[in-house]
Amino acid sequence: MIRAEHLAKRFGAVEAVRDVSFEAADGRITGLLGPNGAGKSTTLRMLYTVLKPDAGTAIVDGVDVTSDPLAARRNLGVLPHGAGIYPQLTARENIAYYGRLHGMSGPALAARVEELVERLGMAEFAGRRAKGFSQGQRTKVALARALVHSPRTVILDEPTSGLDVMATRALRELIRGLKTQGHCVLFSSHVMQEVAALCDEILIIDHGLVAGSGTPDAIRSRFGSASLEEAFVSLLGEREGLA
Amino acid sequence: MIAQLVAVFRKELTETLRDRRSLLSSLVMGPVFAPLLLVGILNLSLERSVSRLDEAVPVVVSGADRAPNLVRFLREQNLAVTLREGDEAGIREWIDADSEQVALLIPDGFGESFNSGEPARLLLFADGSNTRSNRRADRVRAVLAGYSGRVATLRLQARGISPTIAQAVIVDDVDLSTPSSRATLVLGMLSYIILLVTLAGGMYLAIDATAGERERGSLEPLLTTPGPRPQIIYGKVLGAAFFMAVALALVMVSLLISVRKVPLEELGMSANFGPGVAAGIFAMTLPFVAIGSSLLTVVASFTRSYKEAQTWLSAVLLVPTLPIAIAGLMDVEASPALMAVPSLSQHLLIQGLLRNEPLPATFVAISVFSTLALGSALTWLAGRLYERERILG
Repeated sequence: MIRAEHLAKRFGAVEAVRDVSFEAADGRITGLLGPNGAGKSTTLRMLYTVLKPDAGTAIVDGVDVTSDPLAARRNLGVLPHGAGIYPQLTARENIAYYGRLHGMSGPALAARVEELVERLGMAEFAGRRAKGFSQGQRTKVALARALVHSPRTVILDEPTSGLDVMATRALRELIRGLKTQGHCVLFSSHVMQEVAALCDEILIIDHGLVAGSGTPDAIRSRFGSASLEEAFVSLLGEREGLA
Repeated sequence: MIAQLVAVFRKELTETLRDRRSLLSSLVMGPVFAPLLLVGILNLSLERSVSRLDEAVPVVVSGADRAPNLVRFLREQNLAVTLREGDEAGIREWIDADSEQVALLIPDGFGESFNSGEPARLLLFADGSNTRSNRRADRVRAVLAGYSGRVATLRLQARGISPTIAQAVIVDDVDLSTPSSRATLVLGMLSYIILLVTLAGGMYLAIDATAGERERGSLEPLLTTPGPRPQIIYGKVLGAAFFMAVALALVMVSLLISVRKVPLEELGMSANFGPGVAAGIFAMTLPFVAIGSSLLTVVASFTRSYKEAQTWLSAVLLVPTLPIAIAGLMDVEASPALMAVPSLSQHLLIQGLLRNEPLPATFVAISVFSTLALGSALTWLAGRLYERERILG
């Protein structure tokens, strides 16, 4: 599980994240929703320890990401936005490389790689070099790589961007699978339908602040709108009006 | 911890070995083309500096029947004489058509002047702007001077005067350069070539492992793995170092083969470049790989894209040659202080080996120590760079 408390981060004059607090529980899918440039990626980057917050903290499975980032990374599976894989390695080698970086080795690693190949339906291309992979295949490899060390908490930044309909559906199934296995899944998206279709909990972020949160139903009823999109628009519109 | 370093090192090796184009540019181009370049330059300078005495120099002679003895003398002196009739204007035309030609015109009044003991005039035509024809004209001039000397001697003897009376001074050239030191002058380029090819051997990997990772978007997930980041970077530096060492070994082998094809003996040189010296140069230059790999990694880490990295690294490749060039201009002698300057110390050690005057062991120790110290410092710096969050770009 993740607990973020008053996270803030600025790059020079730009306040990317001003004050973000939330909780993402195990066995649930939490979606970070917001327009481009709202601060979603920066928030996630602080959680998966590649950025250090200017203020606030976050606890991932009991470990403070600011004071012990190495330990926090051990519990985290991360799929950054636009994550690339190594073109000269096969899908299997790409996954195994991350296994080794997580301290795995030998038959245990090989078995885990096969398990992921099976589960993500990669058997067909797992032995091929990644050079000519489609976006969907690449995303699967990157996801398998993020899961190789069986992390408790999984963070996915815009995982469906660039995927076609079938690949998106397959990815949704995978994310639901992670949830049923008891993982804590946090993912970001600017695609409404995606968040509506998947999430148990939604966090709307805008201008580096939490603009609203709750279950999809709660958000819809709060604005009395039939669709999440309308709720989203009226919520942001409200804020724009205030600003 | 060390497991991560090994994992990164192995992965960088695998990737580079599988990419044929990069392998070609890092391990094949340098070791193949560098010796070709060297041998080409050597051959050219050989051709320029030596006009081979056994080679018959062609010369066109006009008016040969006015001085048959002279023409016979020219032929005896190994000049390939061609007889062709023509006046001054005609000769100008021939040389216009073929600027390498050298022509000797024996003018009308030659016989009379010669027989009466007056200085007899000869005209030697050559294109002074053409090196080859210049060299031929020099040969012809020397032969003509010889002829003139011989005739003068005979004339003095005929008058009962010792010919030595006409020789007030005699100059003997005593060349103090040993064959090996002259060869070293020409082989001085070797250290440049060796260092450059070594650096180029690891350049691709250094770029791919830093700017390449960032451009592909694989750097960010890599930095979310739990290993200490310096370990990851050390693995990459080690990978670049490995390829540099391989490039160094390959270029030594190819130089060993190619330098034998250069006819250094024709210059009276013994190049002293055998397997033992090649192995020595490899050993002396190997520590430099520590600086090369870490320096390229550090510089590539600052660049934002593959292309930018290539531009910068091509410039950085020249940095290690600077101390060598400056030292070359100032004509320095090896000293303990200079041995503390990486790249220059390797250059001096290589020169020592080539001159067959190996430098003392303390010099070697200073070179190895200072080089490894700077290499470690740069490697540490590379590791630190990846602990900053700005590395994500």
